[in-house]
Amino acid sequence: MSQTDLEIVVDDPTAPEDDSPAVVSSGTIEIVVCLLLLALAVTLGYDNWHTGASWDSTGPEPGYFPFYLSVILAGGSLYGLVAALITHREAASTFVTRAQARRVMAVFVPTLLFCLVTQFLGLYVASFLLIAGFMRLVGRIALWKSLLTAFLFTAIMFVTFDVAFDVIMPKGPLEAAFGY
Amino acid sequence: MEALGLLLHGFAVLLTWKTLVLMMVGLVLGIFVGVLPGLGGPNGVAILLPLTFTMDPTSAIVMLSCIYWGALFGGAITSILFNIPGEAWSVATTFDGYPMAQQGRAAEALTAAFTSSFIGSLVAVLLITFLAPMISSFALKFGPPEFFAVYLLTFCSFVGLGREAKHKTVISMSLGLLLAGVGMDTVSGQLRMTFGSAELLRGINFLVAVIGLFGISEILLTMEERLALRGHAASISLRVVLGVWRDLPKYWVTLLRSSFIGCWLGITPGGAIAASFMGYNLAKRFAKDPESFGKGRIEGVFAPETAAHASGTSALLPMLALGIPGSGTAAILLGGLMVWGLNPGPLLFVEHKDFVWGLIASMYLGNVVGLVLVLTTVPIFASILRVPFAAVAPMIVVSCAIGAYAIQNAMFDIWLMLGFGVVGYVFKKIGIPLAPFTLALVLGSRAEDAFRLSMIGSGGDLKVFWSNGLVGSITTLAIALLFWPLIDGLLARVGWTQRARPAPR
Repeated sequence: MSQTDLEIVVDDPTAPEDDSPAVVSSGTIEIVVCLLLLALAVTLGYDNWHTGASWDSTGPEPGYFPFYLSVILAGGSLYGLVAALITHREAASTFVTRAQARRVMAVFVPTLLFCLVTQFLGLYVASFLLIAGFMRLVGRIALWKSLLTAFLFTAIMFVTFDVAFDVIMPKGPLEAAFGY
Repeated sequence: MEALGLLLHGFAVLLTWKTLVLMMVGLVLGIFVGVLPGLGGPNGVAILLPLTFTMDPTSAIVMLSCIYWGALFGGAITSILFNIPGEAWSVATTFDGYPMAQQGRAAEALTAAFTSSFIGSLVAVLLITFLAPMISSFALKFGPPEFFAVYLLTFCSFVGLGREAKHKTVISMSLGLLLAGVGMDTVSGQLRMTFGSAELLRGINFLVAVIGLFGISEILLTMEERLALRGHAASISLRVVLGVWRDLPKYWVTLLRSSFIGCWLGITPGGAIAASFMGYNLAKRFAKDPESFGKGRIEGVFAPETAAHASGTSALLPMLALGIPGSGTAAILLGGLMVWGLNPGPLLFVEHKDFVWGLIASMYLGNVVGLVLVLTTVPIFASILRVPFAAVAPMIVVSCAIGAYAIQNAMFDIWLMLGFGVVGYVFKKIGIPLAPFTLALVLGSRAEDAFRLSMIGSGGDLKVFWSNGLVGSITTLAIALLFWPLIDGLLARVGWTQRARPAPR
């Protein structure tokens, strides 16, 4: 038969512990989300009411359709809010544990920084920094491997998009120095 | 048999070196995306969409749909070898696939999975070939009220038939429809919900939202889990393949049943996930020895894989014939059609014959090529998983950003993508489904236009939605589906329908 003796093994050195304490429960987040959606629905509803949510001689005004949608959204989030408040007392399912939150932040914060750097230095510089930094600091991968991977990936992206397919990405001072 | 002639024409469109190469590239990228954790069909298609902006529509859709087929194939590899479903619809494949791998029958299980995927999509493609032209020519008679009724039917069936809490589906859908309305109003030219922001003037691009909701949020979710894995490596020999194929006729009932379930759930917005579980459960219920399922039975691989692929493929039927996507990925393909300047809907079959039949022909060809490709390259793809996630994650983030920026060349869209990433992460964790949101966002302006045009035509009288037999029955069906849980409950109370009790174990 086939050779199934070859095993593929990959380790995860910074995996979140299973017994980590909960930071916040799903119920709490549900309440917060419903409140935010409710606020959004009221804001959008008000704006559409202003635009005109009734009928005129030519048919419904531009705000008509979205106004009633914001009413539906408000209704749905109110219902969700009440439902979450009622079930909140008994069931306390975890939204995220502390260890998980740390890991999620370990991706989210670099991604946020990446977007910031893209705004000022261009996408390719940001991409190089993100990949090299993330591999080295979060993945604990050897520095030369991280730098090489980051460089290769960024170069391939540049050739594929900017050169081959003419999809122009935001650029900064570095690319300008090379005449792009 | 007009369809056959047009199909042959489609093959003729397709059989150029350029298209065939694009097809291979698409399949390889798709399998890659399907195997990697944190990426799936919809994400892969969304991220790679910008690559196709400069292509002609036919090459673009061929490449994108091949990414989709590849992703469907790829999900099975990790389920069987690592017990990690690469996609939600391959969860049911792990039940019997992984035990088979543990018994040293990995090659057999993989062959079974790929073959049944092939059969499932073949049945669905046959259905599309003959049914889609009929539906679209019927839909050519539709006016705005009929179209609005069909959109309403789609939205209502999500609420009524979805498994999630009803209010969460409603929230997700109304939010999507609202965000679709941001920007310039197409009928009156007035600005809506922009709050004076110049960036919001363009509106919220559907693809930017999708890249954030599926790509970025998936990375965040994946990081929460332990990413260590341990699995079997396998290579497939010709002898095993032929052995499995020789036994295929024995399982024709299972294959046919699963194909049927898949096609049905694919056309209605039930989705591949529900189809794969239903296929598995029914195969188990009808088996003579149900207790042997879950211990490495080949039927347990055939049933869910056939259903998942039949459903994933047939989801394209309503998209092609009516312009209404049957799944998240189909919704993204629909977004792609609009970017390439095609107007999705029944007219597609009349105005863009080359495109439609090229796509349908590519479904046949893509599946054959895909089957050969996965059977021969499994060991390579399985070893992709050796690449640490710390290297994969930032690359996916960069690809997402490139994709989001490329759509409208706007830096604002990268920030929007990040925002949608957070929204997607939170929504997924508290059980607000993303599929209705996606669908609403892509269909929103079309649904609104249809509504306003019918209102203008009727002078503001809602009775227009019951003005003839066709539109009346669609609207009534939509409302019945919306309140289906209530109706079902009432019928059960009166004793009209028997509720199936869970069997004692």
